[in-house]
Amino acid sequence: MATPVSAAPEVRRGGDILPDQAALPVKFSIRGLDFYYGDHRALKDVSVDIFAQQITALIGPSGCGKSTFLRCLNRMNELIPDTRTEGQVLLEGEDIYQRSVDVVELRRRVGMVFQRPNPFPKSVFDNVAYGPRLHGTPRRSELEAIVERSLRAAALWDEVKDVMKRSALDLSGGQQQRLCIARALAVEPEVLLMDEPCSALDPISTFRIEELMAELKERYTIVLVTHNMYQASRVSQRTGFFLSGELVEVGVTEQIFERPQDQRTDDYIRGRFG
Amino acid sequence: MKQTTAVGSPRLRSRRRHDVGDALFLRVTQAFALAMVAVVLLALGVTARSAWPAVRAFGLGFLTGSTWDPVADKFGAWPFVWGTLYSSFLALLLAVPVGVAGAIFLSELSPRWLSGPVSFLVELLAAIPSVVYGLWGLLVMVPWLRDRVQAPLNGALGNWPLFSGAPYGVSMMAAALVLAIMILPIITAVARDVLRAVPREQREAALALGSTRWETIWRAVLPFGRVGVLGAVILALGRALGETMAVTMVIGNRPEASISLLNPAYTMASVLANEYAEATGRLHVAALSGVALTLFVITFIVNGLARWLVWRVAHRAGGSR
Repeated sequence: MATPVSAAPEVRRGGDILPDQAALPVKFSIRGLDFYYGDHRALKDVSVDIFAQQITALIGPSGCGKSTFLRCLNRMNELIPDTRTEGQVLLEGEDIYQRSVDVVELRRRVGMVFQRPNPFPKSVFDNVAYGPRLHGTPRRSELEAIVERSLRAAALWDEVKDVMKRSALDLSGGQQQRLCIARALAVEPEVLLMDEPCSALDPISTFRIEELMAELKERYTIVLVTHNMYQASRVSQRTGFFLSGELVEVGVTEQIFERPQDQRTDDYIRGRFG
Repeated sequence: MKQTTAVGSPRLRSRRRHDVGDALFLRVTQAFALAMVAVVLLALGVTARSAWPAVRAFGLGFLTGSTWDPVADKFGAWPFVWGTLYSSFLALLLAVPVGVAGAIFLSELSPRWLSGPVSFLVELLAAIPSVVYGLWGLLVMVPWLRDRVQAPLNGALGNWPLFSGAPYGVSMMAAALVLAIMILPIITAVARDVLRAVPREQREAALALGSTRWETIWRAVLPFGRVGVLGAVILALGRALGETMAVTMVIGNRPEASISLLNPAYTMASVLANEYAEATGRLHVAALSGVALTLFVITFIVNGLARWLVWRVAHRAGGSR
């Protein structure tokens, strides 16, 4: 369960291989990951473990590779032409970049929430039901149960239960983002990748999403990319700092923010650049 | 405050000069806009006036009558109305699936090195003058259709109304095919642009939920772009309804309303092109004007319906199902 903070405050430099951490199940094991946009090497030999049932925050200045890294975890980067991935990304021990891996199944297990809310131009209900319908839930009653459960999990049910047939585009930005979270939860993923989910939202909506993340981490593994350091320190248990495609440092959140081991992390956290 | 009420102050005078410029600009653009409306109304009025003798002579029977006999001064326009609507419908039936599929390929599936040249060629199709299509249709397609398609079809399924009649070559089928080829580039090019404009976030949302490529296109990209795709189809329909030259060359020009694809037929635009220059009888000219008026009105109605359809789809886009 959620015992991350009690784990020994270990410190690892990027590129190092982490020995297994006491008692925490490892969800993702990334080993020597390189990513190229054409000739540009956007990720440089990144190695890190991501533990289940906690929030791992990835911080760093714009263009540091943190979003690219996140999108490597569900092979979303493949959609961009002229890109190349090298190294290993193990999901529960299985390399997701192997030829035999079913990408569709991978993405069902590893859900994603995007920077800008991107509901489909359909009703609230149909948005959440999209995934279950795709993966074959024919019975209406079953579908309704899943939709309600997902919306409750995304703390949106009370606000939308009477407007299920209304267009999702009529919701506010914060509601839309929670709808997208509900939509992702409806396919019952194991991991939730969140790519700056609050950057397009107002402070109140941001607060609600952060509350929601704290609840969701009980059941899901969450990887959160954010350029808001306060958000990382508020919600995450572990934090990784990216700079120019390099994972400079990763460790328990408090340690990263209070006693960073690398001068560059220290500079960034103190606001000297980025 | 004093300054704000002082009419004679230099600052306010200069404002007024701007106002004059703005007003002038408004009037000029307004005049041009109204001139366009006037052109449409005048065209409608003149056509209606010259069609008046035919309307008075035949009444509504002009639209429903099937006899078109300039010698006997009997004029019923139904075969032309039918020919125009039927050929356009058939052309859409053929061109929409192919065009939309082509657009999907070009915008979603094709590798980049291929989509450029293919797009260019598709757009080139739209630039070919319609008389060239007509000539190709008459010299190449029609003989081939007659020998390889119509004769066997008629032999095997000749008792079906759809394939009855004699396989002449020039026919409703030939017209629909030529029309389909002509409107294909419009549908493909416009729908391709529409699909390309679908935000990347929509595709990624679908993929991240575990959609396959096909499911992403079918359940996220196309629904998002459906208003635009519909617009592309309507644009194509407009072209098909009014197309004159190519259709006239291959449709056979027989004023007969028939469901058969093998029979020659006639369209409104074709009869105008064929007969207007030689029409001498007063009633004949009036009847042709009546056909023109009908084409005008039908185009109007089709466009209106299409607009309504687009509006409805756009407003339902967010709603349930």
